[in-house]
Order: sequence, then structure tokens, then C-alpha cells
Amino acid sequence: MSVLLDRNTRVIVQGMGREGRFHADRMKEYGTNVVGGTKPGAGGTAIDGIPMFDTVASAVEETGANASIVFVPAPAAMDALLEAIDAQIELVIAITEGIPVADMLKVAAVLEMAATTLVGPNGPGAITPGQSKIGIMPAENFSPGGVGFVSRSGTLTYEIADLLTRAGLGQSTCIGVGGDPVIGLPTPNAVRLLNEDPATEAIVIVGEIGGSAEERAAEYMRAEGKKPAVAFIAGRSAPPGKRMGHAGAIVSGNQGTAESKVRAFEEAGIPVANAPSDIPRLVKEALRH
Amino acid sequence: MKLHEYQAKQILQRAGIPIPDGRLATTPDEAEGAAKAIGAPVVVKAQVHAGGRGKAGGIKVAKSPSDAKAAASAILGMEIKGLRVEKVYVERAADVADELYLGITLDRDRRRPVVMLSTVGGMDIEDVAVASPEKIARGWPSPLLGLLPFEARALVFAAGVAEAQREVVVDMARRLYRTYAETDANLVEINPLFVQKDGSVLAGDAKLDIDDNALFRQAELAKLKEVSPDEEAEERARALGFSFVQLDGDVGIIGNGAGLVMATLDAVRNAGGRAANFLDVGGGAKEAVVKAALEIVLSNPRVRSVMINIFGGITRGDEVAKGILDVIEKHPPSVPLVVRISGTEAEAGRRLLEGAPLVSRETMDEAAAEAVRLAKEPART
Repeated sequence: MSVLLDRNTRVIVQGMGREGRFHADRMKEYGTNVVGGTKPGAGGTAIDGIPMFDTVASAVEETGANASIVFVPAPAAMDALLEAIDAQIELVIAITEGIPVADMLKVAAVLEMAATTLVGPNGPGAITPGQSKIGIMPAENFSPGGVGFVSRSGTLTYEIADLLTRAGLGQSTCIGVGGDPVIGLPTPNAVRLLNEDPATEAIVIVGEIGGSAEERAAEYMRAEGKKPAVAFIAGRSAPPGKRMGHAGAIVSGNQGTAESKVRAFEEAGIPVANAPSDIPRLVKEALRH
Repeated sequence: MKLHEYQAKQILQRAGIPIPDGRLATTPDEAEGAAKAIGAPVVVKAQVHAGGRGKAGGIKVAKSPSDAKAAASAILGMEIKGLRVEKVYVERAADVADELYLGITLDRDRRRPVVMLSTVGGMDIEDVAVASPEKIARGWPSPLLGLLPFEARALVFAAGVAEAQREVVVDMARRLYRTYAETDANLVEINPLFVQKDGSVLAGDAKLDIDDNALFRQAELAKLKEVSPDEEAEERARALGFSFVQLDGDVGIIGNGAGLVMATLDAVRNAGGRAANFLDVGGGAKEAVVKAALEIVLSNPRVRSVMINIFGGITRGDEVAKGILDVIEKHPPSVPLVVRISGTEAEAGRRLLEGAPLVSRETMDEAAAEAVRLAKEPART
């Protein structure tokens, strides 16, 4: 078992540009079922051995795809996401960076009425190690196991996966929820999936400054947590009012401070690591209890 | 991207929101002329991208055109939060009976815009939210439908707006929502919203902050972008596809990925130091990228050491190491360099760095401790 994706997930690629093609190849290498791609006007052809379709709906009809990964550039990304939702794809993973907030607000409003789960945008995607990878993460750093992992960032996720793997702690599913202020699967919702997943024995929550998703995740775990969890918050030394790379990583007024997030986790009985290197030790301790 | 008050007010006026008659001035004489044309009394207001203009002395009431000239000469050239005032907005003084607040921004938790209306105007809304949260009425319109009439009416009743102004405030809230949507705003705010003694309403001040990610389709607004001296390095970095934030410490930071760079700043602080900047070079770390990043970081004279923290993922650690070696061979840096490579082929990368004129460390914590120690050493001569 796992969440969101497994070896049976059938993926199409929206946006077969340079980046889309590169990562479609890496995903195939990993064993992900990449069953098609969309490129308006290229329907009936193939790129790198992947059959192309003019629309998402026709791709779904022909291939039985139930997941999509979106590389479409920001100005056209809303349209791509809405097309995938309209085709009732179960899982849509958006890698695209720099989508206007107004566009994501519209997508979020449509999602409320749809059956699709959107992961991202502006994230690395998701991986169930040993089964399927729908994302841009370097697969070498992940290994199968029981640690469920939710993160708002990219390379920090790889870094922590690498640390966990080296410590002998494999992962059930890793979900990079994305660094934007409006995302499809906020941290608390991702934590809920892992909390209810029988294959997940412990949960690692990697947050950062900005917003209050970590506080809500802590509140959820305090009320309904079934398994041990460990947290890390990036940006504890960031000054207020400065956006730290991610559009969502900003402390404004008294909103989104690291202190508030650390306190929320501690009040929920979830230990907070001081540095990423501390996470494997805390996970092992948490699993022992 | 922030707009000046006078720019925001022009946009509000185009949307049908009443504003006081006003003129922009860049000299005291122009301010005097503006006051004559508008009719005194006027208010002379500094136009800078900083809050707290009033407290800093950047807003003055003038009873006559000559007063306006004197006020402008006091305000022009002054510094507010490190920003030099280059222009003032001269505006007809309102006949104020009451002050309201009306603003729209993003509610991240609800993933909706939030419209806020309060009869406590003129104060920072965050202060009102802390002191008397019950005085702020909030509504969350659907971004697909916009602010509907019934939603605007509910806000006006919940906030307790006086009967005489209800209709006009409902209309104004809906116009302001359209402005928020049409300009791709992060924030649009009228604070205070004046109620005049004759019962009419006017936007006393206006804030408009545009989503940088939407500037590609806001060509008119994008032209209004101003880069202040302290933002120049950030703009230069942005042009290279980097994300850069100037901070006030002495340990320069270069890394790939926003979360990893944030964690690196934290590691520096954990080691007792202070980061000089946030610099995320994005994916990969080829030679040209490392070179450009070092140039930006070293253009800050406060930097005493530089920590490079790269995760080798799809770009492997040995390739990253080669890029760094090429750069320092051609352009030896003026301060000590501490390099930490992790991830794919990290060991191979570290072996390549052995013997190079830099410090290589295996973990983020060790590298941060070393960078902090080196920043505290007396300068090399």
C-alpha cells in the first residue's frame, strides 16, 4: 500500500518541452507507467517513444491514464490544470513554477467541485519508492520503507530523503506539496493521507515559514494522529517581510512565523528537529516508543 | 510589485471609485502650483514604497499654496525607512466625518480572496485584528463569480456601516473587487476610506500590490516597476533566474532550492553566525551559474566568508565540484570559501575538491560552523 501513486498508476505528461521530455525519460527509467503525452496538433505521433494526443480527454480515453504530470509554462498552466480536472484525472501533479495566484485561486475553486487531487504547483512531485515516481526528484536518494514524508520544498526534500535512506529508513510515499501560497494538496491534507495509510509507520513533516499549514497539520495530528511524527521548519532565521525564494515563504506581520509552527508541533507532542541531520535520529526514537 | 499611492488612486478612479482631486509634484514650485489648481487646504504626501509615512513626517497638511510649497520642500529629499523621497502627491484635504477600512487580499488557508470591511479606519488592519477582531467584517467571495451583491451587503451590515453610506460602500466594495481581480493584485486596500461631512465617501489612501508572477499579462502595470538601490542586487539575480534576498550578516550563502537555502541560513545561525544573503540558484549548479552567484554574493562588502551548499540531484555532485573548481581557478575569490556537496555522487565531488584552495565539509552543520568561524577571523591581507 501507499498513497496517491503505486506501480499501477498510469501517467500522461502535459507539456512535452525540454523539461517534460527529460523527466518523462527519467520516470520511465524508474519504472513509472508513462502511457502518453499531450501536445496539441501532434496527436497520433510519438515523442521519445511516448504516444502523443491532442487533448487530455483523448489521451485518457485511449490509454486509461489516471494521473498526469504538468510541465506547461506558467502563462498556460491554469488551462492545462483545468483540462486535466475536466478529464477527471484522479491525480494531477503540477511542477510548473510561477503560476499567478489568481489562476491558482480559480483552479482551487474548481477542485472543490471535482474528484481530482492536485499536488503542487511549484513542487518536485510525489514518489512511492520502488513503485512509481511522478516528479522530478533524483530517484537515487529514495528507498522503499515505512516513513511517509510531506514537504514544501524540492532539494531539501531530496536532502532529507537521502539522510533517511542512509540511516536505513525507507519511505512509503514522499509528497512534495509545493512552495506556492495556493496549492492543491496543502500539508495538513497530505499528512492526513499518510496518517490513514497502513504502509506508513511514521510521518516526517517538512515545513517552512509562511502561512499556517504547519499549525493546521499539528492540530490535526494532535486530534487524530495514529502514528509518530517528526517535524522540521526551514527559515527559522528569516527576517519578517522578506520572501525566501518560494512565493509562499514569507512572514508577514505575526503570520507564518517559525516560532508559531514549532510551538504548534511541540504542543501536539511532535518533536521538531533543529537541523535536517537530526531528523533520522528523531524518527528512530519516535518509532521506538 | 508595489505601486505608489498616486498610481493606485488613478487605477481606483478608473474603476469608478471616488478619490480626492490630486496632482503629482517633484519640486516645491510644482507643489505650490498643484495646490493653487486644486484649491487649499491640501495634504502633501511623500510617495515612497514604505509604510509609516505619517509617523516619519512624510505627510503634511497645508492651508495655502505657499504652505504647500514649504511642506513639499521639507518632504522632498527626506529619507523614509532608507528610501529617498523623490515625489510628493498634493491632494485636496477631505472634510472628514468618519474613517472606514476596506481591503482585499488572499486567505491562504481558505484558498479564497478575503474582503475585509471595518468601521475602524486609519489604523493598521493587523493592529485592529489583534485589538478588536470583532470590528472587522470578512467575506470570502468565489474567485469564479467575484464579489456578489448579497455578499457585499452582508459585509456592510456585519461591519455596522451607517445607513446613509451602505449603498455606496456596497458599490465601492464590488468595484474594488473587480480592481483586485483585473490587476492580479496580492493586496488592494483603501485605508482610510473617508466619510465626509456631506455624507459622500472618498478613498483617503490607497495601496495596491501586484503579483509579480502575473506581470507577464499586466504590461501597463509592469511599466510602473521601480527598483530602489537596495533592490538592485535582487533584480540582477532575478534576471539570471536566481532568487536573492539581501540580509545583514557576514556569511555569504549560495545554494540550490529555496528550502535548502533557508535551512542553510538556519544552520549558520545555529553555529552562532549571521547570513549575509539568501541566494537560490535554482536547479543545477554549472560553472557559469556558480560564477555569477559568487559575483553577486561578493559584491556585498560585508561578506567575510562564503558557504556553498549544493544538493547534487539530477546535476551530480562531481559535476558541481568541477564547476566550482573551474570558477575558483579562473577567478580566485577574495574571501574563504566553504563548500558542502550532498546527494548523488557527493563523495566523488568531495574527492575532486581535495587540495583545492577551499574548505570542503561533509555535512551542512559542519560547513556552517566552519563558514562562521572563518567570517570571524581577521581579514586576510
